[in-house]
Formats: sequence, structure tokens, C-alpha cells
Amino acid sequence: MGVIKRFKKNFAEVFKKLFKKQNARIGIYGPPNAGKTTLANRILRDWTGDAMGSVSHVAHETRRARRREGVTIKANGNSLTLDIIDTPGLATKIDFHEFMEQGMDEAESKRRAKEATEGVIEAVKWLENLDGVILVMDATEDPFTQVNVTVIGNMEARNLPLLIVANKVDLPESSATTIRDAFPQHPMVAISALEGKNIDTMYEEIAKRFG
Amino acid sequence: MMQGFQMDLISEHRLAEMTPVEKVRFIIDEVMEGKILVLEKGLSPSEEASLIEMTMTLIEPDGFSGIEMESYPSEVDTSFLGKILKKNVTKSRLTVIGPADQLKTLKRDRNMISALVSNHK
Repeated sequence: MGVIKRFKKNFAEVFKKLFKKQNARIGIYGPPNAGKTTLANRILRDWTGDAMGSVSHVAHETRRARRREGVTIKANGNSLTLDIIDTPGLATKIDFHEFMEQGMDEAESKRRAKEATEGVIEAVKWLENLDGVILVMDATEDPFTQVNVTVIGNMEARNLPLLIVANKVDLPESSATTIRDAFPQHPMVAISALEGKNIDTMYEEIAKRFG
Repeated sequence: MMQGFQMDLISEHRLAEMTPVEKVRFIIDEVMEGKILVLEKGLSPSEEASLIEMTMTLIEPDGFSGIEMESYPSEVDTSFLGKILKKNVTKSRLTVIGPADQLKTLKRDRNMISALVSNHK
């Protein structure tokens, strides 16, 4: 490649980096079974008309991160375009016996456990490549899990925006207040991703935090 | 002979001498030997993420099933220097780490961790 041609190419790349702002990448994080994919599906259905992935009551249904680029959300009179990354559930332990208890055979349980470990690694690696996080917590569970503490700590250390979503508030045993009290320094919105309860408030918070 | 589990209380200074990679390796090696570690000053959030990542690579069916880690939420130090650098300095806090099949969190909140430690795997 000639010197002039190479200069032109480099200049074009620098120009592109300077002036073409990429969409903010927002990761949906949380422990297994918090409702991350249900939420991702809800966001995509509301704004693009299709879905992100399948959901299941068995933990670690999502074992690969999925990215959907260019999702435009309209709220507060503004329009915001995001890349949404639905990540596998984070965990510090994975025991294949738990899948067997859900009725899977041993070979299938071991395979799923192996894939789940790979999914956690992928989710951790994505943390380095995000502009913000939606942290989904199951409002029927104790919010002080290590996964929640680690994700929040990583976002705080890098000064990146974080929105806590207290999910499953359609269930009578849920307590969004417990989640709010646990991490009072961060904004929180209580929703049911499954039923769509309070979902407009969540979009307003997304526009406010990531816009 | 007295039966039990080994619990090591690791001072802040001991960990401060190590690089992040060495810390993660040290913790994993100790936990895989069945020890419970209490870290006086915990790990940084990025070290916690690295520890989770390495733990996942070592999980084996019928063998090591992972770790139980319990730390208090870190505190953000919004110091003058941090504001200038536009980067938050997080202050990590006491952390307990052990094998998932021997250490179980019973309850925890912002200021208390209650755990059950078992001899039996």
C-alpha cells in the first residue's frame, strides 16, 4: 500500500472514531433466574417487535451473551438508541446436580453446567466493554448476593451508570423496598418484566441514566 | 485428633504485596485445598470479577464446584483526586471466601455476614 493511500486510510479511521459516536452498550446483568432475558425480550418486543431469546424456570437458560444493536427507545420526549446485551446469569458456583434435580439426565446436566461456566466467563468479560448496566434483581430474593455486590462495585469503580431493576413485583412475596434499602446509592425501578407492570417508568429511567 | 476445617485470616498487608493475578491464584489455590479465607481488606471489584472468572475455568463435575464469597458492598471514596481523575476509588471491605460445598451464606446485610461452615463435603 502506498504512503498516500495508507495516510488516507488512517485519517479516515481517526475521523470515523472522532465523529461517529457508537451506540451506548448496555448490559443486562444479574444472578441466574432474575428475569434478564424476560426483560430483554420485553424491551425488544416493545421497540423492535421481536425477541432476544428463550426463557425457562431452570437456571442458566441463557448460556451465551446475545447482543442486539440499534434499539431505539423513546421516553421523556427524547429518543435514545442503545445496543442491548443480554448476559448469562452470573454465579460463583455451578453444580451439575442442581440441573439433575430439575429432571435432566446426568450427561445433559454436566453439559449444561459446563456451558453455564463458559457463559459466566463471557458475562464477566463483557463488563469491560460496556457503557452502562441494568442490574436485574429478583424482588422475592435476598438482594445481598455476591454477584450483585461485584457488579455494582465494578460499575462504581469505573464511574459508569447503573440502573437497578427490581423484577417480579407481580409476585405477592416480592419486596422492592428491600432492594431499594440494600443499595440506596443507586436508582431503582420496580417492575414485572413478565406482565409489563411499571415498564414505562423503567424506560424513563433508562433514558435518564443512559441518554 | 481434632477434626475441623482450616481458616486463614489474611491481613491487608499480606495481600497488598501481591499483584492482582497473584491474589486470585493464591485465593483459588487455598480454597481448592478446602481452606476458608477471611481477607481483612477484601478484593477490588475487578479482582472479584477475575476471581469469578478463574473459578469458572476450574469447575469440574464431581470435583470443585466453585466458591462461596461474601463481602460487604464496597464504599466509594469520592476524594478530590478521584474527582480530578473522574475515576472512583472504591474501598473494599472484609471478605470471606471458601469452597462452595463447605461454606454457605445464611444471611447478610450491609454490616453483618452470617455463614455456616461444614466439615463435610
